[in-house]
Amino acid sequence: MNDAFDIRGESHIEVHKFRAGAIIIATLLALVIQASFPIHFAKAAVLDFPLLVTIYFGLSRRNPSTGLLLGVVIGLFQDSLSGPTVPLGLYGIAKTIIGYLASSIGARLDTEHPAARFALTFAFFIVHQGLIAVTRGILLGQPEPWFNMHLIVTALVNGLVAVLLFLLLDRLRRN
Amino acid sequence: MIGIPSRHKSLVLLAGVIILQVLMLAVQIKRESQGRLIRVWTVGAVSPFERAGSSSFGWFRDAWRKYFALQNTTKENEQIRRENDALKLQVAQLQGKAAEADRLAILLNFRKSHADVPMITARVIGTGAGTASLMIQLDRGERDGIRKNMGVITPDGVVGKVVEAYPNASQVLLLTDKESGVGAMLADSRIQSPVGGQGEPLLVMKYVPNDDEVNLGERVITSGMDRIFPRDLPVGTVMEIKAGNPFKQIRVKPSANLERLEEVLVLPSLRPLETKSEERPANAQPSAPIASAPPPAVRR
Repeated sequence: MNDAFDIRGESHIEVHKFRAGAIIIATLLALVIQASFPIHFAKAAVLDFPLLVTIYFGLSRRNPSTGLLLGVVIGLFQDSLSGPTVPLGLYGIAKTIIGYLASSIGARLDTEHPAARFALTFAFFIVHQGLIAVTRGILLGQPEPWFNMHLIVTALVNGLVAVLLFLLLDRLRRN
Repeated sequence: MIGIPSRHKSLVLLAGVIILQVLMLAVQIKRESQGRLIRVWTVGAVSPFERAGSSSFGWFRDAWRKYFALQNTTKENEQIRRENDALKLQVAQLQGKAAEADRLAILLNFRKSHADVPMITARVIGTGAGTASLMIQLDRGERDGIRKNMGVITPDGVVGKVVEAYPNASQVLLLTDKESGVGAMLADSRIQSPVGGQGEPLLVMKYVPNDDEVNLGERVITSGMDRIFPRDLPVGTVMEIKAGNPFKQIRVKPSANLERLEEVLVLPSLRPLETKSEERPANAQPSAPIASAPPPAVRR
């Protein structure tokens, strides 16, 4: 079921609802895949499935509060699964902000088009990595270069994967 | 309770969630050699305020000291101004005393160098009451041995002669007065002629024939012929020479500073004084015959 609503005069921006447990299952799957997939496919480490899930549900739910809370949960889970070298909050902070931004942008733009999804994912990935770098550098005292060609490539890859993944996740919506 | 606008609730929630996670990070992380991250953050967060507080305190302290803690400054300024005025007066007095000491030292040296010549040191205590005569009054009189017609000098030269002697004071007619005069001669040529005053700063050498050679800047000294001043005391310097009929008109600048006399020496006797300018030039002419000249201009 699609609910139409207006935000600040913008019409026909739909808030999508999902089947029961869909968000939870999708989040858990993303975390599991993220934790296990690179074991078999090392190159898959460049993908950030929890981030893609956060972006997708943020863009779809279009509620900043929901988006940031989902980011907090996914981020903290990712932190927990990342071992003792990653403190709780590192991904949590980044994904909280991404969830907030995604839901805020999703409330203003039509994000159903694959190109828009690609572009937004590309941008969010760079911002996400930037937030992690900032957190490491400023809060943890572990500065490291982050904006380089590798980041661009991984952002492109994640953008492309996001287009496909989002099509799959669209199937979880309620009609 | 202040309500939060709905559109801002998500922002507040975002901030709260991030702060919580940051605090969580702080609790977990332990930096090498710096302890727990929360301690590092606490120190890092507080130290700027401490630094700012310290600077502000210093600034306020300086401002207080320089601008506000000035309650007694006006009073202190007045006191300092009074002290400054008093010190200025003291300095002026000391300068005057120092100048007086210098003058007295010169007099003393002059007396020591002429120890065999009796002299009476006197202080100038007044001047003439009117413009008709150029006169000074001394603080010494008959009780001190001063008599009428005694010569009065300074180490620089002739001043005048005593015209009146009182028990405790005396009056001296200055050389520049119209009625005053002194037996004198040119130091180089030894041409003799009385020198008298005209009521002006410059003296006049009256009876030098036109044929005699007189040079500008030539010194004029006492001749001793007036029986008041011993010979060879400085009288003045030739400043102007004009041809006249039948005598030259020679104007002489007094050697003594007659306008600023404070201490003088009175000469009770005619014993000659050796002065610094006693050297007689080799080509000096013998004393000019003054017999042909009118009587000496020295008046008694």
